[in-house]
Formats: sequence, structure tokens, C-alpha cells
Amino acid sequence: MGQEISRRTFLRGGIAAAAGLAAGSIPGASAAAAPQGKTQLATLLDIGKCIGCGACVEACNETNAHKYPNPRKPFPKMYPNRVPVEDWSEKQDVTDRLTPYNWLFIQQATVNLNGEEYEITLPRRCMHCVNPPCVKLCPWGAARQFDNGISRIDSDICLGGSKCKKVCPWDIPQRQTGTGLYLDILPSFAGNGVMYKCDRCYDQIADGQLPACIEACPEEMQTIGPRDEIIQKARALAKETNGYIYGEKENGGTNTLYVSPVPFEELNKAIEKGKGKPHLKPVKDTMAQANNLTTAMVLAPVAGIAAAVGKFVKLTKSSE
Amino acid sequence: MRVQQTTISKVPDRSVRYVYLITVFLLTLTGFSQMPIFKRYYIADIPGLGWLAQFYVTHYIHYLAAILFLALVAYMTIDYLILQRKHLRLTASGYVRGAILAGILVSGLLLVIRNLAGSPLEPRFIILLDLAHMGLVLAFLMVAGYCLIFKKQWTNGR
Repeated sequence: MGQEISRRTFLRGGIAAAAGLAAGSIPGASAAAAPQGKTQLATLLDIGKCIGCGACVEACNETNAHKYPNPRKPFPKMYPNRVPVEDWSEKQDVTDRLTPYNWLFIQQATVNLNGEEYEITLPRRCMHCVNPPCVKLCPWGAARQFDNGISRIDSDICLGGSKCKKVCPWDIPQRQTGTGLYLDILPSFAGNGVMYKCDRCYDQIADGQLPACIEACPEEMQTIGPRDEIIQKARALAKETNGYIYGEKENGGTNTLYVSPVPFEELNKAIEKGKGKPHLKPVKDTMAQANNLTTAMVLAPVAGIAAAVGKFVKLTKSSE
Repeated sequence: MRVQQTTISKVPDRSVRYVYLITVFLLTLTGFSQMPIFKRYYIADIPGLGWLAQFYVTHYIHYLAAILFLALVAYMTIDYLILQRKHLRLTASGYVRGAILAGILVSGLLLVIRNLAGSPLEPRFIILLDLAHMGLVLAFLMVAGYCLIFKKQWTNGR
């Protein structure tokens, strides 16, 4: 039996863990139950099963409502004037895109392929990259990655500079002005609120429960489990259905794998894209460019030492 | 063992000084541009400076400058230890600047490790690193400014 976790097995594992921290008697489930687990967990989303009912969106909103912003108004006057106020507090019921109050939405597309028409719906949220630029490039460490692969922005620390959104290949994090730490520092001159995005229900997982979107899906279109096994499962599903995978290689690999009955190139053309509506394009590994210089960074002092020693030897020889 | 006296001076070769100044300038500029402030405060709007608002570009240049700086620091340190130390000694301000630079280098290298996939560093330690890296740069700029104004050298002749 593989370690990938369906809704039922995950719940069994969670219950077992809660019942006595069952010492990992159910493989995978115990790793999923603890945010400190060392195994990165990934989710597999079988797009062919999604009926676009929106149960996941509803469940996400209900479960995470206590994490949503509660901005203080009026907002501080921003300097310079170009700094945009982003206020979603009066539009909390928007569910057709990502917002600080909606971390998951259903994307829709009609794809014509080989004379056949496909009505596609798919849940979109943070991809939870294996090496997430939002976490790594945050100037304050306000975003963190759990060992289990969840990336999360700490709303108590985030200053709302929106760098995480700019470096995210899918522009996932969304800003709410008028809340967070910046109000206590220099509200007019630095910061602009807090960035919000899916945290894959890190607190529920810590309690041995499933993320709300997975638990609520009536079609069980999502599976969660150790990344290696989810990749195997995604490949097997793609092979079985002549499907296509998105998220395995994108941005160097993510912990969200979609399997689609139509090519993602076609799907990307058909979906509505724009603010709060991420694309499905191929994405190169954004962190790799600089990280590829790490070896050079290790070798640089060696080169410097060699140059100094070379100078010493040369001068010694010429003085003899 | 004798070494030509002409290699010894209170200040390093002109080319080395230029490389040092250029890398410190680039590191400082690209380091501060890791904060989303250059766009907000119109600096990236100045013709030719638009790249300062492109985080991946400045991040990459920061790494390149860091590589150069690491090589330079290693060169200067070993050069001082095996060639210059007999004739020059570090001044108090030299020690202070060296210590701050060491702190900047160590925190920077740890942040490079942080940026690798599967980095083992704890989130609270990363916050400390981020603050320490920036705080030490600010301290270095202040000390360097003081040394520039009051003409304090890194080394004195023995």
C-alpha cells in the first residue's frame, strides 16, 4: 500500500495520531500530521474529477476566516502618493479570484481539442513551491516554509511590501492595507499592510486533519502525501488518462501537482488570467539562477588565497 | 626570506582599492534594493536605474558582487598575514571595520544557504540573520563614513 493519503486514510491517520500520537503507525499520515515532519507533502489535483461546485472555496473561507485581515480605518496617509491602497475589506464576498479574503478560487475554461470540447474547472491557490521565492526573498523573514512543504506568510511580521507577490511566478499573495506591524513602525513611509495567501491549513495539518479544501471536495479530486509518492501517482494517473502534469517541474518543482485531460498550454490559453487569476504557463526555476552561483561563492576565497600566495611566491623568487 | 620592499605600502594597490570600492558599492546598492523601496521612492524611475526594482536582477548582481568580494577579502587577508603584517599593523578602526565585515560575510553566507532548497535554518534564526545582515551593513557604512571624514586608515606602518 502506498503512502499517499486519500481523505479517509488521512483522517484515520489523524485520529490515530490524536488518539495517542500513535508513534507513526500509519505511514505518511503521521508525517502529514506534524508541521515539523521532515517530509515535504504535496497535493495531487485530478482536474478530470473537478466539477467546479465550489465546495473547496466555501470550506477554505469557513476554515480560514479567523486568519483574514481586520484592517484599521481610516488608513494612514501614504507617502509618496503613488503607494497604492489595497482594500478588500468591503469586497470580502469576491470568490472569482484570489484576494486577502479568498485564498482559493475555481478557474474555468472551455478547451476544444481534436474536435472534442472540454469544460474544465480547477481550484487555484498557492502552489507551495519546493524552494519558494516568496519565502526565500522576503527581506524580513516574514514568510516561512515548514519542513512539510507548506509556505506561510506570518501576518504578525509581514509589512506588506508585496515583494513576495512580485517574485512569485504566479503572483499569488494578495495585499490588504491598514493591518499588521507596519502600523506600529512608520505607517506613512514604510510597508503597506499584510500579504495573504493559502497556508494549506497548516494548523489543521498540525492537528492531524486534512486541509479544508481536500476534506470538503465531494469528488475527492485532491490527494495529499509525501511528494515523491504524489509524483509517482500523478505520473501514473497521467499515463492512465493520457493526461498532462503541471507543477512537477514548474519553478523547480512545487508541492501542488495538477493532472489535466488537456495540455496545459491549451488550458492556459483558455482560462481567464489577470490580477488574482494566475496563469498555467511553464515556469523556469526562479531561484536557480542565483543559487547556481553558490559553487562560485565557495571557490571565490580559494581563488583569493591562491592569488595572494602566488604573489608571495613570485616576490620571494624575484628577491632571491 | 626577503621580499621586495616596494610591495609594502599603507594602502593596497590602486586596482585592489577600486575593486574593493566598486564591490562594496554594488553590494550595498543591490542589498538595499532587496527591500521594496526603490520603486516606491522613485529611485527606480531614474533613467538607467529601472533594474533596481527588479528583484531577481539585483539578487543576481548581489551574488556576483559577493563572489568578487569574497575573493578580495581572502586575498587581502592572506596578503596581510604573509606579506604586509611585518610592516603594517591594523589600526583600531581597521579592526572594527574588519570585524563588521566579517559579520556581514558570515550572515550573508548563511543567507545564501537559506536560499538553497531544503535549507535547515530555523525561521526565527532567519529573521535574526536578515536583521543582523542589514544592521551590520548600516554599522559599516557609519564607521566607514567616520573613517573617511577623519582620515582613519585601515593600517599604520610599524
